[in-house]
Amino acid sequence: MEKKRLTIRRKESIYGYIFIMPFIVGFFAFTAGPLLFSLAGSFTDYNITSRMDFVGVENYQSLIVDDGLFRTSLWNTIYYVAFSVPLTTLGAIFISALLNQDVPGIRVFRTLYYLPAVLSGVGVYLLWMQLLEPGTGMVNLLLGWVGIDGPNWLYDPDWTKPSLILMKLWSVGGSMLLYLASMQGVSKSLYEAAEIDGASRWRQFVHITIPMITPVIFFDVVTSLIGGFQIFQEAYIMSGNGEGGPANSLLFYNLYMWNQAFENFDMGYAMAMSWILFVIVFVLTLINLKLAPRWVHYEGEEK
Amino acid sequence: MAKTDDRTDYLTGTDKTEAQSVLNTKPRYWEHRGNRNNMWRLFNFVLLAAGSLLILSPLWWMFATSLKTMAEVMSYPPSFFPESWEWANYIRAWQAAPFTTYTINTITITTFVVIGSVLANSFIAYGFAKIPFRGKGIWFAIVLSTMMIPGFVTLIPQYVLFANLGWVNTYYPLIVPHFFGSAFYIFLLRQFYMTIPTELIEAAKIEGASHFYIWWKIGLPLTKPALATVAIFSFNGAWNDFLGPLLYLNDENLYTLQLGLAVFKGQLSTQWNYLMAGSLLVLLPVILLFFFFQKYFIQGINLSSGGK
Repeated sequence: MEKKRLTIRRKESIYGYIFIMPFIVGFFAFTAGPLLFSLAGSFTDYNITSRMDFVGVENYQSLIVDDGLFRTSLWNTIYYVAFSVPLTTLGAIFISALLNQDVPGIRVFRTLYYLPAVLSGVGVYLLWMQLLEPGTGMVNLLLGWVGIDGPNWLYDPDWTKPSLILMKLWSVGGSMLLYLASMQGVSKSLYEAAEIDGASRWRQFVHITIPMITPVIFFDVVTSLIGGFQIFQEAYIMSGNGEGGPANSLLFYNLYMWNQAFENFDMGYAMAMSWILFVIVFVLTLINLKLAPRWVHYEGEEK
Repeated sequence: MAKTDDRTDYLTGTDKTEAQSVLNTKPRYWEHRGNRNNMWRLFNFVLLAAGSLLILSPLWWMFATSLKTMAEVMSYPPSFFPESWEWANYIRAWQAAPFTTYTINTITITTFVVIGSVLANSFIAYGFAKIPFRGKGIWFAIVLSTMMIPGFVTLIPQYVLFANLGWVNTYYPLIVPHFFGSAFYIFLLRQFYMTIPTELIEAAKIEGASHFYIWWKIGLPLTKPALATVAIFSFNGAWNDFLGPLLYLNDENLYTLQLGLAVFKGQLSTQWNYLMAGSLLVLLPVILLFFFFQKYFIQGINLSSGGK
C-alpha cells in the first residue's frame, strides 16, 4: 500500500514536470542562458563575428567614466520615468474615481476611456507625431483655443520628452481598469459608517478609498517603473529611426544600447549596458518591496 | 458577483464572468443619498463627457486627416472636418507600398504566435494548477520573477543565438519563443484554472484518464474565456510588435505592417493624409477586436490583478 502511494506520487511528479517542461526549456534557452551570456559578454569586446576576447571591466569603465552619451541616455530615461510614472498613476486614480460614480451612460464612458490603452505600435506613434506638429497638429490647435501658444513639441529638445509623456497619458485606461476593479471591491459598510460620522466625499476618498486601493497602486508603480525604463519603440520611431531626436533629447537608455549593439555592433559594450540597467531596475524593485509595508494596506492584516 | 456564480457560468459556458461586472457595477455608496446628489451627478457627467471628447479627439483627428487633401493638411489653422472627403487616399496609401504583402506576413506571424501562446501557456498553467509535484513552488516563483527582467537584457544574446541557428531573416525568432510560455499568461491561466473544481479532474483520473487527456478534453474547453483573453492579448502583441521584426527581418518581402508603416513614414515624411490612412488601416483590426471582445480584455486585467 505504502509503496503504491509513493509511485502514484512519483508519477504525478513526472507528469507535473512534463507539463511545465516547455517553460523550463524556454527559461534556460531564452532567459537564464542569455542572462549569463550577456554577463560574460559584458567583459569582452564581442562584435558577433569576432572571438570573445576578455577585456576585464573596460566596458563598464568607459561607460561610466568616459561616455557622455551613456549619461545623457540614462538622464533622459530617468527624466521620463520620474514624470511618467507618477503622472500616469495619479491620472489613472483620478479617472477611475470619476468612473466609479453613478452617472448615466457610465458603461459607455468606461469603454471609451479604456480604448486608447489597447492601441499601440507604429500607427499610434505616427498619429501623435501628426497631433504634435506645431503648425498643423491638433494639440496646438486645442491649446490655441484656450489662449496657450503651444511649444514646438518634437522639434524642441526641452519638449520632446513631455511629448512622449503626453502620449503615454493618453493610454492610462489600462491601469484605470485595475483601479476601478479595486475600488468596486471596497466594502460598502465602510462608506456607510463614514457617512453616519458625517465625513465628506473628499474625506471618504482620502481615508477609505485610497488606503483600500494601495495594493493596486503598489503593483502599478512597480510594473510601470520596470516598463518605463524599457522605453524604446516610441523613441525609435519618433526620433527619426533611432537617431535620438533633437540634441539627443530622445536618446533613451535602450535606444542607445540598441545603436551600440546593432548599428555599431559593439555588443560587449551593449551587454555591459544591459547589465547596468538590470541592476538599476532590480535595486529599484527591491526598494519598492522594502518600502511597501510602510504604506501598502492589506485587508488581511485587520482580520 | 459571488464566486460560485462565476464557477457555474464557466461550466455552462455562458461566459458571464466578472469581466462584465467591472463595466456594469454601480458604485455602492451613493444609493442612499438624496436629491442633493443630482447636482453632483450632473457635474460628474459633464466632466466625463468632456474627458471622453478629449480622449477620442486623436482618433477623430486621425480619421479626418486621412480624408483631407494635401493642401488642406498643410493649411493653417487646421480644421476638425475635411472639406472634401477624399476616400481615394486609402487606396493610394495602400498602393504606395506593398501593404498587401505586409498584411499577409503579419497575419502569418500573428496566427502562429496566437496558436503557440494559447496551447503552450494553457499546458504549462494546467501543470502548475492541477498537478501536485515537488519543486512546484520554486518553479512558480521563477515564472513570476521572469516578469521583473527587462527584455533588453536578454535581447542581444537571443539575437546571437538565433543568428547562430541561421534564423535571421526568417519568422522563427518571432514565433518559436511563444511556444515556450510566458510568465504573464501562465499566471493568468493558472488563476483561472484555480476556479475549476479539482474534483472534476480527480473524477476523470479515477475513470483512468491521463493528464494529457484531461487537459485536452476538460481543461481547454473549461478555460475558454481565459484562453480567449490570452488569444486577444497575444494577437495584439504580435500585431503591434515593432522591435522583433525590426531586429530580425531585413528582406522587404518579409516585412510586417509595423515595419512597413515605419518605412512608409520615411518615404512620405509629412504627407500626413496618406500616413494617417495607412496607420488607421493598421489599427483597425485592433479597434474592431476591442469593440467585439472587450469583455476578454477586461477579464485579463481582472485575473491578473488577482481575480477582483
